[in-house]
Amino acid sequence: MRFVLKTNYTQDINLFLHNGQRFWYGLLIAALIVAPFFLENFYVGELTYLFIWVIAGAGLMLLIGYTGLVSMGHAAFMAIGAYAHAVLFKLGVPFLPSLLMAALISGLLGAIIGVAALRMTGIYLAVATISFAFIIEKVISAWRPVTGGHRGFIVPEPVMFGLDFGSDLAFYFLCLVVVIAVMLVVMNLLRSPTGRAMVAVRDSEISAQAMGVNLVQTKTLAFTLSAAFTGLAGALYSHKIGMLFPENFTIILSIKLLMLVVVGGLGSVHGIVFGAVFISILPQLIAILRDFLPTWLAQRRGLEPLVFGAILMFFLMFEPLGLYGRWVKIRSYFTQFPLYRKSTFKRQKSYLRTERVH
Amino acid sequence: MSVFEAKEIGVSFGGVRALHDVSFSVETGEIFSIMGPNGAGKTTVFNLISRFYDLDHGDLYLNGENISKISPHEVAARGIARTFQNTELFENETVLQNLLTAHHTHRRTSFLSEMFFLPKVRRQDLSFREKVEDIIDLLDLQSYRDQRIDALPFGARKIVELGRALSLEPELLLLDEPSSGLNPEETEDLSFWIEDIKEELGVTVIMVEHDMNLLGQVSGRVMALNDGELLTIGTPEEVREHPDVINAYLGE
Repeated sequence: MRFVLKTNYTQDINLFLHNGQRFWYGLLIAALIVAPFFLENFYVGELTYLFIWVIAGAGLMLLIGYTGLVSMGHAAFMAIGAYAHAVLFKLGVPFLPSLLMAALISGLLGAIIGVAALRMTGIYLAVATISFAFIIEKVISAWRPVTGGHRGFIVPEPVMFGLDFGSDLAFYFLCLVVVIAVMLVVMNLLRSPTGRAMVAVRDSEISAQAMGVNLVQTKTLAFTLSAAFTGLAGALYSHKIGMLFPENFTIILSIKLLMLVVVGGLGSVHGIVFGAVFISILPQLIAILRDFLPTWLAQRRGLEPLVFGAILMFFLMFEPLGLYGRWVKIRSYFTQFPLYRKSTFKRQKSYLRTERVH
Repeated sequence: MSVFEAKEIGVSFGGVRALHDVSFSVETGEIFSIMGPNGAGKTTVFNLISRFYDLDHGDLYLNGENISKISPHEVAARGIARTFQNTELFENETVLQNLLTAHHTHRRTSFLSEMFFLPKVRRQDLSFREKVEDIIDLLDLQSYRDQRIDALPFGARKIVELGRALSLEPELLLLDEPSSGLNPEETEDLSFWIEDIKEELGVTVIMVEHDMNLLGQVSGRVMALNDGELLTIGTPEEVREHPDVINAYLGE
C-alpha cells in the first residue's frame, strides 16, 4: 500500500498524486501512440470510436455526474455537432474552424436548453431533454435542403492544412489529440472553482447558494459545456460514419450515452473512460450473446435496447458507483490484503437533512 | 453601529403567519441570539436573511444597504454566511473540498483561465488552501481533512459546517441551532469557538439556540419569538425572567 507524504499544498492541486501515476498514465499515452502501427485497421477504427465516446461521455459526465442534471437527450447534441460540422465543412469552411464552430453551435443550443431547464430537475428534466432530442431528430429529417433528410448527407473527407486525414491512421491521431485535450480541460475545470461550484449544485442547491454559487450561471454553464463537448464528439463521429442519417441519432444513442456515464461511474473521470470502453465492447458482446440464444429471441429487433435497459437497471441497483466504484473496491482489496474489510465501503445512513425550503 | 437591521419584517405561507412585524438590529461584534418554542419563526428569520424566502413586508439592511431584494448568492457575496439546523453539506466531497467551495465568493479567475489552469488559478487555489488550513486549525479538524462527509459522525458534521461558513470569511454569521445533536463536551467546545470567532475573527454572530446554558455563556442580547411575534429583546437573564417568555414556554 502506498502512502503519499504530503509536504506541500500543490500536491493536492496537481493532476497526478505521485510519480507512479505519472508513469502509468505516460505509459498509457505512449501505448496509444504506438498501438495503431501494430494493430489491424479494424481495431484502429474501433479505438477511434472509443475516443469519440470518451469525448461525448466527458460532456455528459460534467452534466449528470458532476452537476447532477440528468439529460436523456444528448444524442441531439451529437447530431447537431455532426450536421453542423458536415454542412459547414462542405460549404468550404476550413476543417479546424468548422470543428470548433460545430462545438460552439451545439454549446449555444445547450445554453438555451440549460436556461429553459433551470426550474426543472430529475424526471422532469429527463423528459424535457428527451422531447428536445425528438424535436432535433424531426427537424433534421424535415430540413432536407440542408441535411438531406432521410436520403442522408455525405460527409466530405477530412482535409486539414492541405493534408488528408481520411485514412484510419491519420484520423486516429486527430481524435487522440482531441480526446487528450478534452480530458485535460475537464480535469482542470474540476479542480478549480467552476468544478467545485458544479459539485456544490449537485450535492445541495440550497447550500451552494448560501456559499455564493450562482445557480443560474452554474447550471447554464454546465449545459453549455456538456453540449459543446458532445457536439465536438458528434463532429468527429460524422467523419467516422461517413454518411449522416437522422436514424444515427435516435433515443437509443441517448440511452447509450446515459449508460456510458452510469456504468462507468457517476462523478468520476475514470468512469468516463471505463464507460466508453464498456459501450464500445457491448455490441460485440451482444453479437456473441446472440449465438447462444434460441433463434426466436436472437433475431428479435428489440434485443439491443432490452440488454441496454437491463444493464442500466443492474448497475443502478447493485453498483451505483459503476465500474469505477468496482475498480476502487478491487484495488483496495489487494492493497490492503489480507486486512480488507467488506464494510469499508458501506455508507452510513444519511442523517436527516434540513427541511427543503423550496 | 449596527451591522445588520431588520425593520418590521413579515412573511406568511398560505394562511399561516410565520413572522409578523419583527424588528431588531445587531451591533458590530455582537453575539445576538434568537430563542423561542418550536414554530416560533426562528429559522424563518434566517431563511429570510438568506433570501430563500421573499419578504411579504419589511426590509433588511446590511451596513445600511437594503438587501431585501437581492438573490441568495449575492447575500453570500456581501459577507453573510450561515449553517443549517440539520446540516446541509456537500455529502460526496471531502471536508477539505467543502471548505474550499466556501471560497467561491472570493473567486477572481474566469472560467476560461480555469479551463487551462493558468498559473493565477493555481496561485488562487493555494491562497484559498492556506486560509482553509487556518480554519481547520482553529476548529481542530485535521483528522477529518480528507474524509468524505457521508462517513463523518453528526457532531463532526456540525463543526465542519461551522468551518465551511467561516471559510467564506463572513462579516455576519448565522448559526442555526449550532448545539443541536452535540454532546455536552462538544457543546462546551462550541461555546469557546463562538467566543473565538467573535474575538479573533471579529465576526458578528446571529444564533438560533435552545440551550439556555450556551445562550447565557456567549450571547450579548437575546430575542424571544413566539408564534411569529416578537416577545422581548434583552440580556439572557432579562429574557429568561420575562413573564411573556415563561408564558410561551410553560403556558399560563
